[in-house]
Parts: sequence; structure tokens; C-alpha cells
Amino acid sequence: MAIVTVSHKACTVNPLKMSQPIGGALAFLGLAQCMPMLHGSQGCTAFGLVLFVRHFRETIPLQTTAMNEVATVLGGLDNIGNAILNIQKRANPRIIGICSTGVTETKGDDVDGYLKTFQAAHPELGDLAVVYVSTPDFKDAFQDGWSKAVRNMVDTLVEPTAARVAGQVNFLLGSHLTVADIEELREMAAAFGLHGTFLPDISGSLDGHIPDDFSPNTLGGTGLDEIRAMGEAELTIAIGEQMRPAAEALARKSGQPYILLERLTGLEPNDQLLDCLAQLSGTPVPEKYRRQRSQLMDAMLDGHFYFGGKRIAIGAEPDLLWTLATWLTEMGAVVATAITTTQSPLLEHMACQEVVIGDLEDLEARAADCDLLITHSHGRQAAERLGIPFLRMGLPIFDRLGAAHRLTVGYRGTRDLLFEVGNLLMANAHEHHPESWPLPGGDHARSQIAVG
Amino acid sequence: MLQNKIQEVFNEPGCAKNQTKSDKDRKKGCTKQLQPGAAAGGCAFDGAKIALQPITDVAHLVHGPIACEGNSWDNRGSKSSGSRLYRTGFTTDINELDVVYGGEKHLFRSIKEIIDKYDPPAVFVYQTCVPAMIGDDIEAVCKAASAKFAKPVIPINAPGFVGAKNLGNKLAGEALLDYVIGTEEPESTTPYDINIIGEYNLSGELWQVKPLLDHLGIRILACISGDAKYHEIAQSHRARAAMMVCSKAMINIARKMEERYQIPFFEGSFYGISDTSESLRAISRLLVERGAPAQLRERTEALIQREEARAWERLAAYKPRLRGKRVLLITGGVKSWSVVAALQEVGLEVVGTSVKKSTAEDKERIKEIMGEDAHMIDDMTPREMYKMLSEAQADIMLSGGRSQFVALKAKVPWLDINQERHHAYAGYEGMVDLVREIDKALYNPIWSQLRKAAPWDTREAAQWLS
Repeated sequence: MAIVTVSHKACTVNPLKMSQPIGGALAFLGLAQCMPMLHGSQGCTAFGLVLFVRHFRETIPLQTTAMNEVATVLGGLDNIGNAILNIQKRANPRIIGICSTGVTETKGDDVDGYLKTFQAAHPELGDLAVVYVSTPDFKDAFQDGWSKAVRNMVDTLVEPTAARVAGQVNFLLGSHLTVADIEELREMAAAFGLHGTFLPDISGSLDGHIPDDFSPNTLGGTGLDEIRAMGEAELTIAIGEQMRPAAEALARKSGQPYILLERLTGLEPNDQLLDCLAQLSGTPVPEKYRRQRSQLMDAMLDGHFYFGGKRIAIGAEPDLLWTLATWLTEMGAVVATAITTTQSPLLEHMACQEVVIGDLEDLEARAADCDLLITHSHGRQAAERLGIPFLRMGLPIFDRLGAAHRLTVGYRGTRDLLFEVGNLLMANAHEHHPESWPLPGGDHARSQIAVG
Repeated sequence: MLQNKIQEVFNEPGCAKNQTKSDKDRKKGCTKQLQPGAAAGGCAFDGAKIALQPITDVAHLVHGPIACEGNSWDNRGSKSSGSRLYRTGFTTDINELDVVYGGEKHLFRSIKEIIDKYDPPAVFVYQTCVPAMIGDDIEAVCKAASAKFAKPVIPINAPGFVGAKNLGNKLAGEALLDYVIGTEEPESTTPYDINIIGEYNLSGELWQVKPLLDHLGIRILACISGDAKYHEIAQSHRARAAMMVCSKAMINIARKMEERYQIPFFEGSFYGISDTSESLRAISRLLVERGAPAQLRERTEALIQREEARAWERLAAYKPRLRGKRVLLITGGVKSWSVVAALQEVGLEVVGTSVKKSTAEDKERIKEIMGEDAHMIDDMTPREMYKMLSEAQADIMLSGGRSQFVALKAKVPWLDINQERHHAYAGYEGMVDLVREIDKALYNPIWSQLRKAAPWDTREAAQWLS
């Protein structure tokens, strides 16, 4: 149990947090043939775009309603209509995902209402799906924007139905899962003969592959028809607490049950997932996973020496923080400092004394006596100043290759993460020296005088 | 207030492009009307931050919601020889309550916290869209904070919605002119003091040029703004001459410093061997005209001769490898012609260059360098670029990060020559480095592997079992 505090500084120093609209935009980047768009000034889009390009090392389709001074003051609804028509003409996507920003929320544009009128006036756009989500920059954080965008995708696109297709299962994926994580889950579902729909699926669009031709829209992801049919699944598996609103929206629409797995790093959560898939499919857990489970247990035996009692400082969004903090605690480490970006029901249950909603300055100030610092790439300066080992987790990771292909879910992903963290701790183990075991204060000093 | 400033920078008499416009067009300004759903590029705030963040010992505080700083901080390669404070991200991260009740007090408290904890020589406060909309008066807050804490607190009024990056560059320049330049006196001056304006020390490029100036005894009183300290800029009005680098981004600073402090300037570039030499010549000519001993010019010629020879000697090795290789060059403004000239110097063939941000004068120079049939590209869509590259109409593309994947996905070598790049390409040293990087990119063994189809897609697949 942890006490949740909010940093009361007026000035945020070295932000951990990123804004809601780009969290929403990233969720839309996981849809096929989609063009995400921020309703705001062109800078709102440019900053998000550069951030994702640096992290994924891919072209990022992301448009803007390009609010100028006049539109900002008088309202930018016409900019949305013009933007939709322009995008349709130039890129012809199947879905446009719109996120509002601080600029347009301050004015208070009624986008929902406008879109209804606009779509009624443009029947020729009938095939084009438009999903809107309200994501003011001055509220909440990246993870919330993602969560709200996925909920709205379900609300707007999934068709209500009572029909069920045997072996069909939905996965609702939190923003903390990587391309590699999603690929692992897809493989797991297939191993049980299940057919999974993954929403949002950045493994199709941001996995860094070479397409055969140029596309101005997303290169892959969850297809519009797949999303529409999600109501026909037998079960929905939501991963990360942030996916609860989307899971509930889906349950309301088509009445199917859902289970929510708070994390998939560690032994037990993966036991639960595989057990669930086995029951759903009526297929025993394949030999491959039994072997992987055994490998993970062996890795835990070999590795726990290096984790025991180690003090770890983590800065991450709530679901990633929960995943890491819980798993590290299970390995015997102590989460000495936990900094996060936004509220979540998980925070008070975190396995540490205090969770602070704050910034990297807060993390740095509380990490001086820690053995490992874990946060996104922006933490590298702090780790350097403190002189402690640094593990990059989360988004953005711009100073290392392969951020999208980092696997941390499943038995295999947990095993690999265990080795990575264990090696960092092992490499930085303290060497003993003659002054390692001094007697209490004065004794030591006196003996030196006597000898001298 | 802000409107007047914007009109003023649009009416820049030092800008050649502006001078060729009619009165009516000039009023409209140089920002093209953005098209919703078909726009790209940063906003005015982005431009202002790019222009000033290289000042290393200042605390750069962004007044706005988390997007403006949280999504963008720590992402530019401007290097420092001293303080690292400029790499610390400061923002008021305003919340809903601020939007309702106003964020001025929150801003004031943030300034106080920064001064208490970090004690920088100055705090720069950047305005953004949301506080501008709710009417936060950052000029008044900065004035009150300056008085209260006896420290310069400088308002940079360039909220994103007023326009594009280039406008932000200029508004940042105005802020320096209004609040910083000329507010302090240097301890001593010499006849060899210059300002370099519009150089951001990306990847440390200033340091490729500074040894040349050091050798000549020329002192950079202030570089605006690469590797600069606050006091240097405050004292920069005592320079004898100035060089303006990088197109028109900061022409207002150069021109107004000439107007106010009689500091003559020239527009030059350190990209390419001949451009570097020309710039060194121009610097020493201006200094001599302002009273430096005439032998400076002879010493400059001697240095140029020595360094050019040294550079050519090193480049000679690459000439046979690069001769006839075709380059597609996508970049903006002045950089086009200076880089074109540089590439031709080693025998590369420039098959196309973008002129989107270039002035008529720039285009004339490109024609001079590339000939009348120069392939100038006004605005190329990524799809056209991809087509051109995948049809192998160029051997390598040089551009900014934005189009990097267009080239790479077409399996064509690519080199970053924009502000996010990690290599330094200025001066004689930089030219040798640029050519070495082009050579490395072109001759990397991956290209032949990548362009070969998978064996099962070709008829010549080996028969493994026969």
C-alpha cells in the first residue's frame, strides 16, 4: 500500500509526462489505413510527430487542423471540416482519428456536434469513419489520451450484436505494450487455435518494416472491419488498468464478458493468461509454453541473488510503473522511489511507501541512494549526474535502437527482462576495499593516530 | 502589441524576398496561409525556442500545458562548452484551474522556484497558445519578477498560433533586441571583436570554425545563440562587425544592431570550402574597415591558402569514388546553394535541389552554380520523392529528418543535413566530414544486400536438394 502524493511545485522540471492528445494519436496510429489528426496549432502536431519519429524511427502520419490566430479566437470547427476534406482528397484513408488539444479546448469547440452536421452535409464521405476524442493538454497525461481514444473507437465503430463466433477473442492493449509484446500475444492466441483481434495494433504499423509501396496513411494495424466485428468475440482480454473503460464500453455494447490483466510481466500473471486461453479454447497449454515457464523459473533462481534488497527508482506512467514495481518486488528488490504522471486506481496499491505524481527532478532527488534508475530516455541526464545504472523503459526511447522490439510480456519476455536488469545490477555490484568495514566513528580515527 | 511586432518583422527591409513584394503582399506577411489537413512544420513557439535555447546558462521556462515542453524537450543537438542548464526542461505545466482562473501567479511562483534552486543569470519565459488565449500577461509577470528578484526575466512572446517556425525565430530575435542586447558592458573590447548571428552550434559546428578565428586573433564577442552565455549576448552591442549565418532567420537582429549600434554585417555561410574562405575574408575586411590593423587581411589570406590546401588534399582521396554520383538535395533557403557548391567541388552531380524556402536571389545563385537547366524543386510530396528514389534517379538523398524514411524505405542512402543531425559539417573540417559521411553512406555494404530479392522470389533460386 502506498501513499499517493502530488508534487506541489509550481514549476515542473524535466517533465516525465507527455500530453494526452499525442497518447490518443498513438492509439490511432495502431489502426489500419488511418490518418490521426490533432485539432490544434500546427506545433501541437509537429512536436508529437518528432517525438514518435525519434522513438519508432518510422514515418509518422499525423495531421493538424492548423489553427491560426483568427480560428483560435473565433473557433476552429470549419478547420476540422476543411481538414477532413483535404485529407480525404490527398490520402484517402478509411479512418480519421481526431484528438482535441489545449488550444481548441480552451475555446471549447463542440466537435461532436459539428461532426454530426458535417457528416450529414457530406454524404459522399459515407465510407470514411471519423472517431473524435476530447483530450485537452492541460488535463491528465499520455496514457489517459490513449485510454480515451480506444474507448471512443469502441463506442464509435463497434457494431452492437448478440452473435458470437467460437474461438474469437478481443485483446485491448494498453499504451505501455510494445510491438514485440503484441506479436507475442498474437502468437500465444494462435497457439491455442484462437483468433484474436488486437486493438490498437501498432505491431502492424510501427514495427519497422519495408512496405512495397508508399502510403501516406498508417501502414497496418487493426482493420476497420475487424473493429466493427469485435462485438462477436466470446471474450475480451484487457491488458493494463487503462483499458478498463474500453472493455466496459465493449461489454455495454455487445454484452460479452471481459477479464482485465493488470500486467503480463512475471510468472503468475502469465499463468493466468495461459490458463484463461486454455479454458476458452479447450486446448491444453502447449509444450512450448510449459518449457518457457520452466526457463523463466530457472532464470528467477539464477537471478534472484542480484535483485535481493536492491533499491530501485522508477519513473513511468501508471500501468508501466505497476508492471515494473510489482515484478521487481516479486524478485526481491525494493521500489524505493516511484514517480508517475497521472492518477490511476492502481497507485495506492503499489508495492512501495509513496507514489508521487511528479517529474524527473522529483525522481532524481529521491534516487541518490538507489542501485538502478528506470525511466524513459529523458532520464539519462539524471542517471549520469547520480552515477547510477540506467534502464530505459517507456516512451520515448530515442537514444537506443529497437525500442519497438523490446519484449517484456510472457514467460520469455519476463526472462529476457530479468537478464537485462540482473546484468545491470551485477555489473554495478560494489567492490570491497580496505575501508569497507570501518569501526564506529572515533575508534577508527584513534587507531590511525596511534599507528602514525 | 504582439500584432505590431509581427507586422514589424514582416516588414523587414533587410530581407530581399520582402523587398520584391508589393505593399499589399508585404502586409500579409511571409507566412503562407496554412491548409488544415495538409500542413507540416513547427509553430512560432517552436521557432522561438530553437532560436534561443542554445543560450546555455539561461533557464528556459515554457508557460503552457505539458504538450509544449513535455513532448519536445531535450531534442536538439546544440552543444555547450560550459553550463548544461539549457538542457533542463522547465514548464509551468498549467492545469484546468489555471485555464479558468488565469496562470499568472503560477508563472510567477515558477520563476521564483527556478531562481531559488538554480540561480541562473537570467530566466527566459516562453508564451504559448493557451495562456495567450486566456490573457496571461507574461510581459507584466516578467517585469514584476525582474524587479522582485533583481534578475533579468525575459518574456518571449511567440505563441504557436501566430504563425510558423520562421516567424518564431524572428520574434525571439526581437525579444533579445528589446530586453537583452546592450544591457551590459563588456570588461574590455578589442578591434577584433565580432558577433556571429544565426549560428546554433549544432553538433558543435561553431567549434569547427572557432579555431580559424582564434588563429587570426579574432574574438567571438557573442554567438547568437550557439554556445552563448547570457552576459555575452547582453554585451554583444560592442562588437566591431557581425556575420549573419543561416538564411534570413535572424536578419532582424543583424540589421537592427547595425542601425542601433553601427555594427556592419554581411551574410555568409560556413558550409563548403569556398564559402568558408569567403566568410573569413568578409570578416577580416569588415574588421579592418572598422579600424583593425590592415595586416589582418594578409594573415587571413595566408590561413585560407593553408587550410584550403589541407582540405583539398584530404578530399582528393574521395574524388574518384564520388565522381558522377547523383545527389538529391532537399533542404531550405541559403543552405541549398552553399551545399550545392560544396558538393560539386568534389565531383558529385546534384540532380535536384529544393527551393521552397529560397529567395529569388538564392535561386539566381543556384542557377549560377548549377547552370540554367538546374532542377529546382519547389515543393515535392513524399510520394513523388519516393517515386524518384525508387526509380533510381538519384544515388543518395541529403535532407532533414522528416523525409529520412522516404529514402530509406526506397533503399536509397540518406544523410541528415538538418538541425537534428549528429555530425558537424561547418568550415573546412566540416566539408571533409560531410564528404566522408556521403562516401560512407554510398559505399556501405548493406545496399547491395537489401536490393537483392529473396531467393524464393527469383527464378535463379539455388536447388538445395538436387
